[in-house]
Amino acid sequence: MWGVIRQKMSTGSSSLLNIGQPLQRIRPAASAFRNYSSAAKEMTVREALNSALDEEMSADPTVFLMGEEVGEYQGAYKISKGLLEKYGPERVLDTPITEAGFTGIGVGAAYHGLRPVVEFMTFNFSMQAIDHIINSAAKSNYMSAGQLSVPIVFRGPNGAAAGVGAQHSQCYASWYASCPGLKVLTPYSSEDARGLLKSAIRDPDPVVFLENELLYGESFPISAEVLDSSFCIPIGKAKIEKEGKDVTITAFSKMVGYALKAAEILSKEGISAEVINLRSIRPLDRATINASVRKTNRLVTVEEGFPQHGVGAEICTSVIEDSFGYLDAPVERIAGADVPMPYAANLERLAVPQVEDIVRAAKRACYRAEPGAATA
Amino acid sequence: MALWMRKSLKTFNNFKCIMGSFAMINQTSSWSSSFIQNLRNPYSHFGNLPTLFYSSGVESTTAQNQSDSSFNSGCSQQVMDFPGGKVRFSPEMKFISESPEERVHCYQVLDENGKPITGSNYIQVSEEVALKMYSNMATLQIMDTIFYEAQRQGRISFYATTIGEEAINIASAAALTTDDLVFPQYREPGVLLWRGFTMQEFANQCFSNKADYGKGRQMPIHYGSNKHNYFTVASTIATQIPHAVGAAYSLKMDKIDACAVTYFGDGGTSEGDFHAAINFAAVREVPVIFICRNNGWAISTPTSDQFRSDGVVVRGQAYGVRSIRVDGNDGLALYSAVHAARNMAINEHRPILIEALTYRVGHHSTSDDSTKYRPVDEIEWWKLARDPVTRFRKWIENNGWWNGERETQLRNSVKEELLHAIQVAEKVEKPPVADIFTDVYDVPPSNLRVQEKLLRETIERHPQDYPSDVPK
Repeated sequence: MWGVIRQKMSTGSSSLLNIGQPLQRIRPAASAFRNYSSAAKEMTVREALNSALDEEMSADPTVFLMGEEVGEYQGAYKISKGLLEKYGPERVLDTPITEAGFTGIGVGAAYHGLRPVVEFMTFNFSMQAIDHIINSAAKSNYMSAGQLSVPIVFRGPNGAAAGVGAQHSQCYASWYASCPGLKVLTPYSSEDARGLLKSAIRDPDPVVFLENELLYGESFPISAEVLDSSFCIPIGKAKIEKEGKDVTITAFSKMVGYALKAAEILSKEGISAEVINLRSIRPLDRATINASVRKTNRLVTVEEGFPQHGVGAEICTSVIEDSFGYLDAPVERIAGADVPMPYAANLERLAVPQVEDIVRAAKRACYRAEPGAATA
Repeated sequence: MALWMRKSLKTFNNFKCIMGSFAMINQTSSWSSSFIQNLRNPYSHFGNLPTLFYSSGVESTTAQNQSDSSFNSGCSQQVMDFPGGKVRFSPEMKFISESPEERVHCYQVLDENGKPITGSNYIQVSEEVALKMYSNMATLQIMDTIFYEAQRQGRISFYATTIGEEAINIASAAALTTDDLVFPQYREPGVLLWRGFTMQEFANQCFSNKADYGKGRQMPIHYGSNKHNYFTVASTIATQIPHAVGAAYSLKMDKIDACAVTYFGDGGTSEGDFHAAINFAAVREVPVIFICRNNGWAISTPTSDQFRSDGVVVRGQAYGVRSIRVDGNDGLALYSAVHAARNMAINEHRPILIEALTYRVGHHSTSDDSTKYRPVDEIEWWKLARDPVTRFRKWIENNGWWNGERETQLRNSVKEELLHAIQVAEKVEKPPVADIFTDVYDVPPSNLRVQEKLLRETIERHPQDYPSDVPK
């Protein structure tokens, strides 16, 4: 785990650039933006998450944060910056190194009425705690017939970052989304991050909140509505980021950005793509996806994780079950390569989807693929 | 060792108080003799260091230390600050033995004949409490026997008895209050019994009928009841231990006069969850009592294949947790230990570990035949000669609080009540179809509502394929 942080600091990659910035930027949203004179407000995903945590902890004294390095270190990725100072060590707990331990402890605290937010330094490490996430959190309400509810949030970076190798790059969306009893959220923009995290913390069910390390430093424009402390995004609703009529592209997390770039390229070639930001993997917004496919008749699913049993497989089946007659072309699935993530930069680039892959898939779905290309 | 010391002097020349080390290097013969001397006491550790290494009497001028206010007693203390605190040095290379010279003593109050051992200190139990304890222990025994038989007759699918561990169940429960949160493994129904769970409620869960608080979701013996502060049993081993610590943290934050209590077996202490939880509890100083029922067996795995430490009690100190070993078949000893543990946990905000030594007289469960891996006469001996219920009965009889007539009365009435409860439970309807879909989430999601609708439509279309005794 430490290797990840040290590496990030030495390479000075964009995700940590904001650390050098003055402390002011990470104060709760309301005060930070009076400095800006421009009309369009912007906020990084990191600030969005920090402000959401701050506001929820302020509003509800049972909410507390727990994880490795979340306190004194201000969070491995600085998401919890300033929270220890503001709320004290009882509500921001630096834990010993035991994912299984602190996840079990978080669940126990939730059984007794607290609302823990458990941070995994990366969801790769959540595998060491997965028994508690599934057997103790997801299934408890059902097994106890409603006596043991678990209002817990498991959050942390998920999926590939840059140059972190196989044990720091796996995407767990489909793993957790296959389990009834859990809710699985995948924010993309700052608006998503704020609204979904607030909803997750307020939700009485256990929520797996999959962030993305490379998105932490990305800035997005946000409206005044988003900055309001009561702003919540309903769980289970996807967002149509860009409307279109020729092909539907579904994506989540970082891939939404790639899909939007692909849509821009496609529009120059006369293909109007509709980009859906799933926001919620479980429950999956099948209604929005199917409505879109019934409109465009073509579907490309995009995800960063491994292809087999992935999110795209579920979306494809859902569309076949509900809208088979509307499909004019086979469903295209874009996913990461079926290999543990390699480290070398050139290999890593080939192992994750790129914008060009999405463009080519959309063209294939529209029967406009370039002939002859090996991976057309 | 000498070479290392020489090299280290160059690199760590700002170490204070290394005079003694020089003495050691220059006098290797005296060093080796002192090393051998210390082998006689392999279990000594830093606190018991003899000052033999100063016996050479050689003073070195090159190792002159600078005086420093933090080492105010000068070189003779040989103490160094490390992260975690001060530690005394020793030139002797001494390994702490893997096992102590003597096993940790076991606290006992009543001897095998139910007589308090002279000089034993324990908390007095009133006649009323003692009789309630005994009657619960006997009830538990009878309940186990009859439910076991019911499984053998095919009336319930599964059961696990608590035979031999009645004292652990009841005496520990008696020393707690109903505000204390109980996180059981699965061999502690007695705690629930003490808190007022009725025969009918036990039977309903075992028959997974409509009245089961678990809505028929789990196998038999997976009891759970919020109103009794008894958290639903899960089949996974030792997962309840960190849950208890988390709940204790919640109690501490709320400043409630209660503690969390968790039970587990000898086998459960091998799980990672045990270690993570007990460590966390010590670090976070939470009011939790860890009660280990060391009954000698984890299904067919004897403790000698489970761990090589002196049982479980020694692990307490390893994590900075106060601990005690108790005779698990002695109701009074358990009562006193848990009572004291509870006070310490709540008033001092500390975890306590109690290892209760006992024996699992029954099979692991109805799916097990323990005669296949342990001698029958061993089981019989523990069942007859070391029965905790008998021992407690002898004590209350000696006090004049109990007699044979009351014994027969109690056993007959419990048996009658239990058989009636089973008959009733067997006839109660099973949970309705809607209960497949509820409680997955707080509010049923749309996909489950659709599935329920589809299921009901299928049942309408094919009623002959649908069992008639299950309510819609």
